[in-house]
Amino acid sequence: MSAPTLDRPVPDETALQQQFDATIAADHRIEPRDWMPEGYRKGLIRQIAQHAHSEIIGMQPEGDWLLAAPSLRRKAILLAKVQDEAGHGLYLYSAAETLGADRADLTDKLIERKQKYSSIFNYPTPTYADVGVIGWLVDGAAICNQVPLCRSSYGPYARAMIRVCKEESFHQRQGYELLMTMMRGTDAQRAMVQDAVDRWWWPSLMMFGPPDDDSPNSAQSMAWGVKRHSNDELRQRFVDMSVPQAEVLGVTLPDPELALDPETGRYRFGAIDWSEFKQVLAGNGPCNDERIARRRAARDDNAWVTEAATAYADKHAADKHAAVSA
Amino acid sequence: MAHEETVYEALDHAHGGEGQWAFGTGFDEPLAGVDTTVPEGIDPADLGAYCLMLGDDALVLCQRLTQWVTNAPELEEEVALANCGLDLLGQARLLLARAGSVGVLGRSRERATASIPDEDALAYFRDPDEFRHSGLVEAPNGDFGQTVVRLLAASAWRLALFARLRESRDPVLAAIAAKGVPELTYHRDHAARWVLRLGDGTPESHRRTQAGVDAVWLLLADLSTATDVETRLTAAGVAVDPAELTDEVRDVLTLVLERATLTVPEWPTPQPSRGRAGEHSAEFTELLTELQSTAREHPAATW
Repeated sequence: MSAPTLDRPVPDETALQQQFDATIAADHRIEPRDWMPEGYRKGLIRQIAQHAHSEIIGMQPEGDWLLAAPSLRRKAILLAKVQDEAGHGLYLYSAAETLGADRADLTDKLIERKQKYSSIFNYPTPTYADVGVIGWLVDGAAICNQVPLCRSSYGPYARAMIRVCKEESFHQRQGYELLMTMMRGTDAQRAMVQDAVDRWWWPSLMMFGPPDDDSPNSAQSMAWGVKRHSNDELRQRFVDMSVPQAEVLGVTLPDPELALDPETGRYRFGAIDWSEFKQVLAGNGPCNDERIARRRAARDDNAWVTEAATAYADKHAADKHAAVSA
Repeated sequence: MAHEETVYEALDHAHGGEGQWAFGTGFDEPLAGVDTTVPEGIDPADLGAYCLMLGDDALVLCQRLTQWVTNAPELEEEVALANCGLDLLGQARLLLARAGSVGVLGRSRERATASIPDEDALAYFRDPDEFRHSGLVEAPNGDFGQTVVRLLAASAWRLALFARLRESRDPVLAAIAAKGVPELTYHRDHAARWVLRLGDGTPESHRRTQAGVDAVWLLLADLSTATDVETRLTAAGVAVDPAELTDEVRDVLTLVLERATLTVPEWPTPQPSRGRAGEHSAEFTELLTELQSTAREHPAATW
């Protein structure tokens, strides 16, 4: 008996592309099983992996304070936050895996510096005020960037971002609350907060990426609904949000040109030093080597653990109850 | 769309300068609102000393587990170890606060500013020889194999203890124990699963984990003999004599190790606890110096 012939026509690429375009145009979601253009898939893997790497590398600057947090309450808050970041990395790597990427391979690309992560995490955290300022400004900037991604055209990414944003918003409040407490403390604590704000303000503005007229991947990402607002638009939103918060806190933002434009109701701010951004992006920031070295050590020093887990799983694939329920 | 706007709105609510801006992070001290009266017939000094032993065990093991964060073998393990650390930190805060509530603060209260809560005075302003944890929790982590063997031993012991302490005559201690039982059940299970994988994984993982077992077993001796405080409190129905736990702990560990194809070392000969007497290693001084560094550098600060 011969196999039945499939009388269903194989859709040609043009039809698939039309269907994809229609989904995007209708502001509906693309799901893993749907056809998608190769450029869309690759671009998304690049973006999601970079985002996942940022979460994982982002554990380090604050993680450096876990062992020396100044009170048990602060230690609990910080440990929970760093744990959340590991969780965000997990959701995001999982979202990338729905596009055919492999987590171990993406981790290798991070360690071999073939994929990037947010440059903000290449700055050091010399005092405990840095923990608060990272929460307030860095997480605040991340939220401005990420909230629009909750409407990304790619379903798994959009859903991951909803959860990530809720937790980030909580972290931002915790950071700000720490700074408020420190500002009500000693002179030394107030000086620490101001110093940390001075160091993180400009790098936070750079988190939105290059200006719109110098952003190579933006146009296509906007057209595909992967990205929703331009870099400059989001940066402006962040400045408008942060200035009143700085006033409540009682710190000065390190920009003499910062002023409210009475006509637009928005804040004008000084020119960003993009040469610094490019230096850090090129791997010449204060902590680039250290951040990657720690990821490399975690992978290499513990490779035997992963090998053992795989060997055990292979040996016991048939066992239904491998674990002890002692 | 609606969600997006809500998040932005929340971010803008910085006005007012109210200190309660971050919700859910526990502004109250751990025992706020709890009746901390000590029942008749219990010596508060003994009760406080006992809470310090158990609180210090949790605090020191939390610090050791936290050393893995950003260095763990897998992301899932970053989350899991941080989770165990957070549970232990929560237990430590309650137990230190309980010790403080019965006035057992030692010299820490003289060293710490009045605005510093008891839990922090005890964690940050005691010197190494004033800590009362066992040698099991303070030893350095070693590799991941030794880390999970220690976590297995420490959580098996603590779970056996906390399950019994739920009946303690001190209602505060009983409640802390009841809260800890499900947490420690998870820690023990998580560690046991890793010991199985590593013991029965590759020749290298077997070798490393056996070495971890041999190192950790020696440390169990520090938990085997009751101190005078524990003896008195056991008689008063508040505490449990650690010797009563030995059979259960040995059975659990033997079961896991045998399934993991590891050799079970001979149970160590009981000896008086050095850790409970405040005798600690140089590695502990190093760990404590780091833990206390920020708090001691800014003694007048509020965090």
